Amino acid sequence: MGLVVAENITKIYSVVATKVSKDYKVGEIAIRALNEVSFEIEPASFVSFVGPSGSGKTTLLNLIGCLDKPTEGKLEVAGTDVLHLDRKQSASFRGNNLGFIFQDFNLLPVLTVFENIEYPLLMVQKIPGVERKKRIMALLEAVGMTDQRDKYPDQISGGQKQRVAIARALVTNPKLVLADEPTANLDHKTAFLVLESMKKMRNEFRTTFVFSTHDQKIVGEAEIIYSLEDGELVGKQVKGGQKNG
Amino acid sequence: MGNLFKIAIRNLLRYKRRTLLTASLVTLGIVFVLLFVSVTGSFKSMMIGQMTDSMLGHLQVHRKGYLASIDNLPLNLNMKMQTYKKLEGILNQQPEIEAYSPRIKFGGMFSTFVETTNIRLNGVYPDRELKTVPLLPSRVTNGTEKTLEKGEIWIPELMAKSMKVNMGDTVVIIATNQDGSVNGKQFKVAGVLESVTGPGGRDGYVHIEDAMEVLRMEEMEVSEVAIRLKDFGRLYAFTEKLDGLLSGELNKQGKPVFEVHNWEKLSPFYNIAQMIDIMALFIKFMLIAVVLVSIMNVMIMAVYERVREIGTIAAIGTLPGKILSLFILEGLSLGVLGVVAGNILGFIIIAILNLSKMTFSFGRQTGLILSARVAPMDMLVISLIVILISVIASLQPALKASRMEPIKALRHV
Repeated sequence: MGLVVAENITKIYSVVATKVSKDYKVGEIAIRALNEVSFEIEPASFVSFVGPSGSGKTTLLNLIGCLDKPTEGKLEVAGTDVLHLDRKQSASFRGNNLGFIFQDFNLLPVLTVFENIEYPLLMVQKIPGVERKKRIMALLEAVGMTDQRDKYPDQISGGQKQRVAIARALVTNPKLVLADEPTANLDHKTAFLVLESMKKMRNEFRTTFVFSTHDQKIVGEAEIIYSLEDGELVGKQVKGGQKNG
Repeated sequence: MGNLFKIAIRNLLRYKRRTLLTASLVTLGIVFVLLFVSVTGSFKSMMIGQMTDSMLGHLQVHRKGYLASIDNLPLNLNMKMQTYKKLEGILNQQPEIEAYSPRIKFGGMFSTFVETTNIRLNGVYPDRELKTVPLLPSRVTNGTEKTLEKGEIWIPELMAKSMKVNMGDTVVIIATNQDGSVNGKQFKVAGVLESVTGPGGRDGYVHIEDAMEVLRMEEMEVSEVAIRLKDFGRLYAFTEKLDGLLSGELNKQGKPVFEVHNWEKLSPFYNIAQMIDIMALFIKFMLIAVVLVSIMNVMIMAVYERVREIGTIAAIGTLPGKILSLFILEGLSLGVLGVVAGNILGFIIIAILNLSKMTFSFGRQTGLILSARVAPMDMLVISLIVILISVIASLQPALKASRMEPIKALRHV
């Protein structure tokens, strides 16, 4: 019994959301995008939020990513209550704890593949040169982009761009990587390759991956699937486990 | 900072045509300002040089109250010998002075025995006068010796022409002295003086001892002392210093004996010089406006076009201050590019202008060769202004970028 108590005390979730709601104002009308959503995400999980367009997936990812703040509820990310962080603290928190993978890859066009991955280390974490190069080369190797390191984003394919984006998201050793529709702009074959890369990264670096998708074929790759509908969490499915909701 | 700079430069190179156009605008602005400043500056300094070096001297000392009545050439306001000696004693101790020349200024009648007219004359020691106003001999258009002996006179060109006076002719100068008695003396015309715009530009010259003789002075009296400095750049400082030194010399009523004036107070051309400076200032304002508008326009466009990129770098943790720096550096780089190109191009054009040996006229003087020069300090000041304005112009767009909400920026289409 004592052992169980000790385990509960030391367990740090990647994300703990408690009755999180988010309202948007469109003109005079307030629209509830998320309604009292509660969940926990354990470290090194491979979690997907699924649901149709407008179900609140992106809103939820934005809240977890400290890009937006809940209207109500409590939200802890990587052990930090993110509700009371100001603009600068939020930016600093994101840079040190989170990685982002965007649907449109969002690589900086003026930087090469190598420099895009290097950007967060230079601009956010100020990692020394030798360590920087070591990390980037390891990630380039892991995502299979070593030979493309000096190319600019407009010289590589969509799948390659997303792999670079994964490397960029992971290079800071984040506790959590958030990916909003990471495969939406990729064909199925490339999408699976990208997901495989993400899984491989998770296994290698023990990073938590949280992504949103409405592509059912991609959903199958997730280990924990949360279903959202009209801003409410309607189900949780654990791969090889029970289905709730 | 180096990395931010690298990204800023690459972003500028990303829109090559736009960057080139904006930098060209800044470049042209700088070229025009440099040309204007150098040409007008050269014109101004040449004119100042002509006036100070050929008639006025850099500054002058008079007996208090003389300048207010200078048009009447009042003999009763001349310095007496004792006063002049005091002044001489002070001037001789000033290391800044290269030369000085006492003058007796008086009005008289000029007669060719056929015609008579009025004339203003300067009685001078020729050797001291030529050291004080070294360009004076260059105004002597007709005369071989270019120096003035006792019994000789240099007369203004217009008078020589209108009265058909030639070199070597004998003329008579008649003047009234302080006591009201009239006296005359014959002179031989030894030179014809080219006119110069400004006071004293149409005066004649005689030897100071001749002037004393005409005016029946038993002891020398001095109307003014013209001073030439070793370094014209120290004019203001020296004027102030001399004024301070002479202000201690008081008359019996306890009032100052002397008054010190630099060329600015003595010549109406100073107003023209000021106008030139004001025009140069307006041209600089125009440059500022051009730089401000063009760089601000480019930076506003840059922010608008890169909203999603701003959202991305903000999302991955770039602090607002760095985003601000990134855009300011872009504007700064654009300004620096324009400054470097503008200075190089301006320098080349000024060199070509000087090689072409363009001439201009000033008053009755023609064929003055334009020598356009821009002081390194002027170049530096103009460059710093442009760079500063580039930063100011980038500030608003950069602030907008740094204050952008990443979530809104990422949604931007």
